[in-house]
Amino acid sequence: MAEKVKKRDKLSIICFSGDFDKAIAAFTLATGAAASNKEVSLFFTFWGLNIIRKNPGRAFKGTDLPTRMFNFLMGGVKRLPLSRLNFCGLSPKLMNKLMRKKNVATLDELIESAKALGIRLIACEMAMHILDIKREDLIAEVEDVIGVPTFLDQSKDAMTLFIS
Amino acid sequence: MKYHLDVTDKTCPMTYVKTRLKLDTLEPGDILEVLVNQGEPVKSIPQSAEEAGYKIVEVLPRGDKFLIVIEK
Repeated sequence: MAEKVKKRDKLSIICFSGDFDKAIAAFTLATGAAASNKEVSLFFTFWGLNIIRKNPGRAFKGTDLPTRMFNFLMGGVKRLPLSRLNFCGLSPKLMNKLMRKKNVATLDELIESAKALGIRLIACEMAMHILDIKREDLIAEVEDVIGVPTFLDQSKDAMTLFIS
Repeated sequence: MKYHLDVTDKTCPMTYVKTRLKLDTLEPGDILEVLVNQGEPVKSIPQSAEEAGYKIVEVLPRGDKFLIVIEK
């Protein structure tokens, strides 16, 4: 193997959005960068947490009514809406079909590839607190639950993108 | 050992993601031949493999496709 002593570049992506198409954008960038030897971290906050929930569907979770309603209405990775022209959840299904037909990686494949490439998945402690999401509600591959100072410290020499 | 991978049914980023994941399973000195469509993968796969520290031995035209030979 050709020796390479160059320090690996770092990429941090803040996944604020829980939209289907924006999740695809985040994971496409992340897997592409990781395949090119970059150290990639995905930081999930707010709506972005829906992408890494263990339960892919809807569930009434939380200690009070508003939280239970929010969690039910948002749902998990199988319920992500398209940011435009969602048509009550019909469009993501059509888009998935279209992507398969055109040999473009689906979100499921991208997430599996991200895990295989060793991309760090991290979750925002504050957003989890608001939405009553516990560590055990997230997929096992989530490496850590952290706050802003830790994220900023870990990303200080990284290219950082915010996907809203 | 020589291995072969066909990514002509894949698009960005899976062309080089699949290549990278395959390369990771090989032993140093192994050769991976990757068959790709013309256009973007001919540029992105060698670039991504070199970034990851692998050596591009050659890029050969195969009809309207290309064969990228990579050494681990």
